[in-house]
Amino acid sequence: MAATRDEIFEQVKDVLVDALGLDDDEVTAEATLMGDLGAESIDFLDIVFRLEKAFDIKVPREELFPAEAVLNNADFVSGGKLTEKGLAEIKDKMPHTDLSEFEQDPDVNKIADLFTVDAIVNFIENKVNA
Amino acid sequence: MRWIWIDKFLEFKSGQSAVALKNVTLAEEHLHDHFPGFPIMPECLMIEAMAQTAGILVGEARNFEEKVILAKVKKAVFYHYVCPGDTITLHAQIDSIAPEAASIEGEIMRGDERIAQISLMFSHIDNNLAGKQFPEENFVFTDMFNSLLTGFVESKTASEQVE
Repeated sequence: MAATRDEIFEQVKDVLVDALGLDDDEVTAEATLMGDLGAESIDFLDIVFRLEKAFDIKVPREELFPAEAVLNNADFVSGGKLTEKGLAEIKDKMPHTDLSEFEQDPDVNKIADLFTVDAIVNFIENKVNA
Repeated sequence: MRWIWIDKFLEFKSGQSAVALKNVTLAEEHLHDHFPGFPIMPECLMIEAMAQTAGILVGEARNFEEKVILAKVKKAVFYHYVCPGDTITLHAQIDSIAPEAASIEGEIMRGDERIAQISLMFSHIDNNLAGKQFPEENFVFTDMFNSLLTGFVESKTASEQVE
């Protein structure tokens, strides 16, 4: 039976509360992982491991959090902003993320804001209901 | 010198779990100050002992090719004090392992009595800090750690690992 979006959100919320030591009400759909919830790089791996267990799925880290590979590629970044190519790559690799605002000003410093709770829920929804 | 907080392994199941033992003794000078008249093993050193037990388990799972470092203490709950004369056992189990990192669940026991629950995350720094320079040799797993594994796994010396 397919899981509903609300059920997935609740489970994702539990994962984030445990992984990041948060209170329940801090985890909202719009919250950004790094800015709002204080996640650091190792936390992303912790979150990936916990999501795999909670949903019994395989989560390749670069699939859920692909920005690192993009940022480390000189073709994709120029002058602190993503190039056309970089933006196309991010769009391709992050179909579960709303990029409409980011596209207006693809500043690399804003990439962190793309990782929202909602993006994780979208990703999981695609995986478990595929 | 490295401070080693486990005396020997009792069990070692490659890639799965390990049990190490530590005898606590008043010969450990820090116990005289922690605390005067009330010597107990510092909790932070119990976390380190678990990190060593589990770190070796995680490192061995990949033939000590990665530099395994403690990256996150996910959970550390202590139920009892550990005093000189106590023998504690450290039980570590690999929960998840990936090219970049590993997660373990651990428990410290004194006989049948649970002393602590400790869950840790380790990072394989070769895979996670692209672009940063680290020494070529595996400075995490030294010969001292290897000697602990003698008899449990076919151990290699640190110099052999580099090759």
